Amino acid sequence: MQQLIYFFQRYKNFLFFLFLEIIAVALIINNHSFHRSKFISSTNYITGSLYQKSSEFSEYLNLKSRNKELSEENTILKNKLDLLYVIIDTVKTTINTSNSNQRFLYINGKITKNSYSNANNFITINRGSKNGVTPEMAVINSKGLLGITDNVTSNFARVQSILNSKSSINAGFKNNTHYGTLKWNGKDYNTVQLTDIPRQAIFKIGDTIITNGKSAIFPRGIPVGTVIEIPKKLSASNTISIELFNDMSNLGHIYIITNLNKEEIKRVENKNE
Amino acid sequence: MNRTIYIIFLFIFLLLLQVLILNNVLFLGYINPYLYIVFVFLYPLKTNRFPFLSLAFLLGLCVDAFSNSGGVHAFSILFIAYIRLFFVKTIFKKNESDYLLFNLRLQTFGEVFNYTVILTFFHHFLLFSLINFSFYNFSTVLINTLFSSVFTLVLYFLASFIFKKKLI
Repeated sequence: MQQLIYFFQRYKNFLFFLFLEIIAVALIINNHSFHRSKFISSTNYITGSLYQKSSEFSEYLNLKSRNKELSEENTILKNKLDLLYVIIDTVKTTINTSNSNQRFLYINGKITKNSYSNANNFITINRGSKNGVTPEMAVINSKGLLGITDNVTSNFARVQSILNSKSSINAGFKNNTHYGTLKWNGKDYNTVQLTDIPRQAIFKIGDTIITNGKSAIFPRGIPVGTVIEIPKKLSASNTISIELFNDMSNLGHIYIITNLNKEEIKRVENKNE
Repeated sequence: MNRTIYIIFLFIFLLLLQVLILNNVLFLGYINPYLYIVFVFLYPLKTNRFPFLSLAFLLGLCVDAFSNSGGVHAFSILFIAYIRLFFVKTIFKKNESDYLLFNLRLQTFGEVFNYTVILTFFHHFLLFSLINFSFYNFSTVLINTLFSSVFTLVLYFLASFIFKKKLI
């Protein structure tokens, strides 16, 4: 017994050091495997509100470019709306708005913290469960795809960005229906990889990649990027490089997309099991 | 009492500096200074090491919470906080009776340089290998360690020359 007490006395610093290191390792492994580390993340109350304050401050520096982006988007939407008016006029159909089949609901928001230089990047946004955000919702902006929400508190949410080695999102070509999985190899924050493309798919440099709406998260047609590099020799499953439309280092306003039919889709898909 | 306030100030100042300013530097896209480890250099030497180890761990954990990285900063800063004493003994040739009067500013530049360079390289190497968390891309870990360490050290020496007369 005396020996044991003596041992603890002598190595108490080392044991304490070891104890804390084990906590740190546990946190690292937890962060790597679950993505649900609740309090050591940028969405908890203290870190979230500090980032909110700092982004409110730095927002002023980018007002000009943000305004330009929003007005560009407005122009595109106005043009689309005008196109729809023409169709309604010529075909003379009436749209019953009370019984509409709205499938996706958009929630707006802003980015409070963005990272793009690590191997696993996350974005923190200023919308949480109070605004109807739940995990596994699509996050986009006016130029294209950003990521999927993965950790939600009442006022903030963390988004697993496409620049994360763990994210895999379905995406395909705009002009045909072949599709693959969008992944990131961790090198350049402006290029991502589209993997598992079958041999018979037809593609060339400059093709546009969009989300294909095969999952219950993303609607079809959200722009992703353009093809910049294709393999010289095609094999059974190919990987091509895609340059993103978004500049991931310069993001501001975002939209969170809720699929209103998500439960129904899941119910249908799980019936067969 | 004065010492305690100084330590608390240093802790909060380094945390905010790291999180709000230095984490956004990203020189050339990936070179980033991690100046919060200065806490380990500046914390006064004491025979009771529990408060020091706990504070270093806590500082790392706070940086982790802000950068969504699990516990990698906590692990690496705690490691250099623990091995600090060994290097104090070997580089500065100090033993326990000298701890009270020990001050980094009173030592020769060569010794301080060796001490900070070794600890910084240890910290950055551990940090980047844990962020990477696999044996792939090992060359990027080494390149990151080298460049970021140089960046951190340049910042540290610049700051220590500027504040040489004002603090302490």
